[in-house]
Amino acid sequence: MTIQQTSPPSSTNGVHRPGTPMRTLPSAHRDEYSAPSRRAAGAKADHVATGLGWFSLGLGVAQLVAPGGVARLIGIRDDGGIRTLMRLLGAREVASGVGILARPKPAGWVGARAAGDAMDLALLGLAFTRKGSRPGRLALATASVAGVALLDLFDAVKLRRTQRREDRGMRVTKVITVNRPPDEVYAFWHDFQNLPTFMDHLESVQITGDRRSHWKAKGPAGTTVEWDAEITEDRPNERIAWRSVGGTIDTSGSVRFVPAPGGRGTEVRVEMEYTPPAGALGAAVAKLFGEEPNQQVQADLRAFKQVMETGEVVRSDASIHARPHPAQPPEQAPTPAPMHAPTRAREDAR
Amino acid sequence: MKANCWMRKGKVEVQQVPDPKILNARDAIVKITSTAICGSDLHLLNGFVPTMEKGDILGHEFMGEVVELGKGVGNLKVGDRVVVPFPIACGACLACGREQFSLCENTNPNAWMAEQLWGYSPAGLFGYSHLTGGYAGGQAEYARVPFADVGPLKVPAGMPDEQVLFLSDILPTGYMGAEMCDIKPGDIIAVWGCGPVGQLAIASAFLLGAERVIAIDRFEYRLRMARDKAGAETLNYEEVNIFEALKEMTGGRGPDAVIDAVGMESHSPTVAYAYDRAKQALMLESDRPLALREAIMACRNGGIVSVIGVYGGFIDKFPMGSFMNRSLTMKTGQTHVHRYLRPLLERIEKGEIDPSFIVTHRMRLDDAPEGFDIFLNKQDDCMKVVLTP
Repeated sequence: MTIQQTSPPSSTNGVHRPGTPMRTLPSAHRDEYSAPSRRAAGAKADHVATGLGWFSLGLGVAQLVAPGGVARLIGIRDDGGIRTLMRLLGAREVASGVGILARPKPAGWVGARAAGDAMDLALLGLAFTRKGSRPGRLALATASVAGVALLDLFDAVKLRRTQRREDRGMRVTKVITVNRPPDEVYAFWHDFQNLPTFMDHLESVQITGDRRSHWKAKGPAGTTVEWDAEITEDRPNERIAWRSVGGTIDTSGSVRFVPAPGGRGTEVRVEMEYTPPAGALGAAVAKLFGEEPNQQVQADLRAFKQVMETGEVVRSDASIHARPHPAQPPEQAPTPAPMHAPTRAREDAR
Repeated sequence: MKANCWMRKGKVEVQQVPDPKILNARDAIVKITSTAICGSDLHLLNGFVPTMEKGDILGHEFMGEVVELGKGVGNLKVGDRVVVPFPIACGACLACGREQFSLCENTNPNAWMAEQLWGYSPAGLFGYSHLTGGYAGGQAEYARVPFADVGPLKVPAGMPDEQVLFLSDILPTGYMGAEMCDIKPGDIIAVWGCGPVGQLAIASAFLLGAERVIAIDRFEYRLRMARDKAGAETLNYEEVNIFEALKEMTGGRGPDAVIDAVGMESHSPTVAYAYDRAKQALMLESDRPLALREAIMACRNGGIVSVIGVYGGFIDKFPMGSFMNRSLTMKTGQTHVHRYLRPLLERIEKGEIDPSFIVTHRMRLDDAPEGFDIFLNKQDDCMKVVLTP
C-alpha cells in the first residue's frame, strides 16, 4: 500500500512512508507515536530540493544586497537599471528558496525555480547584445544557469511523480487532548452514531449488529458512498479499532484514550487508513478524505474536542460556508451547507 | 443591518448585510449601542494582518443589549445590557481553566490556519481576520456573540456606555500590560506608544503602584494627554535619544519594566525605520519591531519587557544578546479580558479609574470610514473614535 505524506519531515505525527516497514503501535504510553522516518523513495529528490532551496536563498540575498557585484561577476555592465533588475530577480530567488525549504510539497516551488531559470537564460541571451558586456563571463554564467535549470527540471518532475504516487493511499495519525475523563470520551466515541457529529465527511453511521455498523459518507458532486464496518477491538476506556468489511472500500481506524498527566483530561490518538481501489470509485473515496487528509483528520479531532468540551461544534460566521467567505452573518436563504455538518447540534441550537 | 466592512487594503465601507443568526446553542444576539475603532483595526486596514476577505465585518470593542438567546445560555436574559470581551472563550478547555481566555482551545474554527503561521492556535476573536476565526465583528447594528454564558458582562444601569465600553478590550489590555510588569514600590515604568492602550497602561501602572511612568510617542497631543490625564512624564522620540533620556531620568539604572503598546507598525526617525520598511515591502519580515528593540535595549538589567502591542508574524534583528545577557523577562499575549472584567468594573464603580477620558470623537456607524481615516492620519487630535449605530 502506498501512503500519503503531507506534513514536513520534521513533524512527529508518525506518518509512515513508502519504503519503510509499517510498525505496529506498541501499547506502552511513551511509545505511542512512531518516530518520523525519512522516506527512502523520494528522499534523494528531497535532498536536491533542499540544496536548490538554499542555493536560491543565497543567490537571492546576494542579488538583493550586492546587485552590482553579481552583475559584474556574470559579466554584465553594472548600472542603475541592471541593479533594479537584479534586485527583482533576487526577490524572486528568495521567494522560491523560502518556498522550497518551508513547504511540505516543494514540487510547485521547484517548478517555479525552473520557470525562473528559463527567464534568466532569456535575460542572459539579451545581455550578449548589450554594450559593455563581457562575453567570456557571460558564457560561463549562461552555462551555469543552464546546468542548474536541468537540475531544476529533473527535480521538479521527480517530485511531482512521488507526490502523485503518494496521493493514492493514506494513513494518518493525529492526537488531541480533550479536557474530559477517559471513560466519558470513550463512551461518546464508542457510540458510532455520534461520529458524524464531528467527522466532516460522514453523513450517518447506523448500528446494525453487535459489532457491526453501516457507514454512509458524502462523495463528490452529491453522491454518497456506503460500506459496512466491524469493530475489531474494543477495550473499554482504552481503545477502539474498526475496519470495513465485504465491500470495495478498504478502510480502517483506531482510537486510543490515555489519561493526560496532572488532570489534563484525555489524550485521544486516532489512526485512520484507507486503500482506495483503482478507478472512478477510488477517486470518489479519495475525495472523502479531502485534499489534505492530515488536515481533515485534525479538523475532525478538533470538532470532537469541541463537542466533548462545549457540547457542539463551534462555528463562526465564516466557517459555516464551505468555501472562503467574508466574516458576515449567514444569508437568510438558502441555508448554506455547513463546513462541519453537526446536524444534531444545529437542530439543538435554538 | 448596517455593518462596517473591510473591502480591501486601505478601504472600509458601511454596507447592508444580513442580520446575524443564532448558530450555536450558547450564542446571543446583541443589539449594539456603542462600538469603537481600535488601533489594531488599523493593522487590518493597512493590510498587515493576512487572511482578510472582502466584506469581513470589523470591530471587536462593542457593547449593547441582548435581543435573542440560544437555549444554552442560562445566565442572561433578553434586555440585559452587556459589554463583550474581544476574545471568544468557551470556559471549558484547559486554557480557560487557567484563565488564559485568549488562548481558548475551542473557539477558532480556522485553527489550522493559525497553526501554519504560529505553531498553535489562540482563541477566536471578533472581527479580526480569518486567521482568528472569521467571526463577524461589532462595528454593526447587531452582533452574534458565541459563548454568551462565558464572555459578556452585565453592566449596572446608570453607568454610561463610554465608562464601560472599554472593558471590551483596551482597559483590560492596558491593565494587563501594567500587571505583567510585576510592579514593586519605587518602580519606574516606561511605556512606548501613547495611543488609547498606552494611556490606559500608564493609568493602570499608577493604579498598581508605580512610582513614576515615562511615556514615549511622537505626537504632541498624545504626549499632552499622557501628562495631563494619565500623569506620566513624557518623551518625544523625534526630539530626544530615548535610550539616553531614559537612562538619565532613572539615575542610570534604566526603567524597571518597559511596555510596548505600539506593535507591528512602529516608526522611528532613524535609518532603522527605512531598513524595516524595505524588509516589509520585500516580504522579508512582516512586522516592524522598532519600538520593541528600543524598549529591550532601554530596560534595566533583570527587568521585564511587557508586550501588548499586536504582532502578526516575524521580526528581524531581535536584540537577543541584550535580552539574554541582561536577564530580561518578556511577558506578552492577547488580553485575557474575561479575567479582568469584574475587578475593573469595580474599580470604575469606585471611581479609581475612568477610561472615558480617551474618547475624542463620537460618530455615527455610517461615518465609520471617515472615523478610520481621521484615526489613521491622527487628524484633529484624534485619540479614540466611538461609533453609535
